[in-house]
Amino acid sequence: MSERSGWETVIGLEVHVQLATRSKIFSGASTAFGAAPNTQASPVDLALPGTLPVLNEEAVRMAIRFGLATGAEINRESVFDRKNYFYPDLPKGYQISQFSQPIVGKGHLDVQLDDGQTLRVGITRAHLEEDAGKSLHEDYSGMTGIDLNRAGTPLLEVVSEPDLRSSAQAAAYFRQMHALVRYLGICDGNLNEGSMRCDANVSVRPQGTTELGQRTEIKNLNSFRFLQQAIDAEVARQIEVLESGGRIVQETLLYEPELNRTRSMRSKEDSTDYRYFPEPDLLPVVVDDALIEAIRATLPELPHEKRERYQAELGLGAYDAAWLTSEPEVAAYFEAAAENSGEAKLAANWVMGELSGALNKAELDITRSPVSATRLAALIRRIKDGTLSSKTAKQLFEALWQEPAAQDEAAEAAATCIDQRIEALGLKQMSDSGELARMVDEVVAANPAQVEQFRAGKDKVLGFFVGQIMKQTQGKANPQQVNELLRAALSGKPD
Amino acid sequence: MSVDTKDITGLSRLAKLALLPDELTQVTADLDRIIAMVDALAEVDTDGVAPLAHPLDAVQRMRPDAVTEEVDRDHFQGIAPATQDGLYLVPRVVE
Repeated sequence: MSERSGWETVIGLEVHVQLATRSKIFSGASTAFGAAPNTQASPVDLALPGTLPVLNEEAVRMAIRFGLATGAEINRESVFDRKNYFYPDLPKGYQISQFSQPIVGKGHLDVQLDDGQTLRVGITRAHLEEDAGKSLHEDYSGMTGIDLNRAGTPLLEVVSEPDLRSSAQAAAYFRQMHALVRYLGICDGNLNEGSMRCDANVSVRPQGTTELGQRTEIKNLNSFRFLQQAIDAEVARQIEVLESGGRIVQETLLYEPELNRTRSMRSKEDSTDYRYFPEPDLLPVVVDDALIEAIRATLPELPHEKRERYQAELGLGAYDAAWLTSEPEVAAYFEAAAENSGEAKLAANWVMGELSGALNKAELDITRSPVSATRLAALIRRIKDGTLSSKTAKQLFEALWQEPAAQDEAAEAAATCIDQRIEALGLKQMSDSGELARMVDEVVAANPAQVEQFRAGKDKVLGFFVGQIMKQTQGKANPQQVNELLRAALSGKPD
Repeated sequence: MSVDTKDITGLSRLAKLALLPDELTQVTADLDRIIAMVDALAEVDTDGVAPLAHPLDAVQRMRPDAVTEEVDRDHFQGIAPATQDGLYLVPRVVE
């Protein structure tokens, strides 16, 4: 839904990033997804009496990594707090989180919008906390089933400033965050498994005003599409309430995709008072400059840096650059293909076109592409030097798809393989001008009517002749050369 | 600072404590006196003193990221009042 005139939408997002540690944030239990219920719920996760949390060093490092990548202040001293709530998915009766002194302070994320513009979105803070378990409400004799495998999985909660002005901007921000955490290797980014979840704070205000309207919070959105749809539905609801003289009530909402509407989860009346206080079981976390600098030294080239480089150095358009950098694996494949072929634009076209189409159809990840980057590069080189036409290149690609190569196949081996296939499949473009000229003469002689039409100014007839030659050569003739020869023959001039 | 029965009603709801009317009056009176005693602390001059998150002057030690716990589910579920299909069963909670 598009924005209604007269109103401005204001959105801030809280993104929960599940950190890709092996073990939990406060216990040595595994965080692997998909284990049988409660087989990864240790005494600490079960909140058995006498147990104490011990902080996972890697979770802290990952939080710092994120902070450095978003230009944020890293707090040299941060504190864990108890956030009290009674719910069986966290049996302690509280969640260990960070409240007044989070590890990551103010930063920002540069988001590329659909129109190619970049929007800088402020990040208020990012703090470490533990995830809750899962409640299963199917009927267990009228009871609720609790699986605590996820309880204690480390989360980084990233809170943005209310800098987003549309659902599309919010989705672009979430996408950019998704790309970033995958590049940093701090989250697997698997939305289906809940590795990233998002809460949206939404309000509207009359266009041209600066005071924020009353906001509501939509909880637990785990896809880019649902985030956008939920915000659109909520914005429409708020405008309707306000335009009919009503008032927005601060509340927590759930989005119901099948009805495309938001529904109240809990109202203000019994809104929870979390009664935060410093967690007495954990001491303040202190990080020094040496650790921060050591982590900074391991930061990879970030998505926005890659995007800019692809445009500035490789000459790609903004759309292509954004597409190719959205996932680190795609960028790595593209870079290998571009580098080995020396043809960045052609490589971009092949990765985004033929390859991505084939991968989608086969439901394959690019890391499992049957056509390796070095083979694609060798194929592209043969297009460039005229050995393959775009048509025969596609034939070759299809043949290669059927015989998977090792992902790490060396460039020389790939080049040899490509040349052998071209030979074996007889795909070499015909550019023997003597042979082609003979065919052209034959075709021209055999079709006097069309020759007349062409000479009478019907330029389109040229296509008919090109078609005839391509048919005879099974598509192997160099189209440019055929065109030149035909024009020469048809205009009656000697070649 | 003082508290009245309204504060205590709110707090007991958050703490999931069901107080009888008599108890409510009693607890309110008790807590009011306790808070008055603690209020004496407010007279100490704390200007320029940084808030302390923990009484110990020490920093958190961390552990390496390694899976060290083998979870014996049957053992832990032995003390649970109700379990099924590996799940702990609790009185129904509806969102």
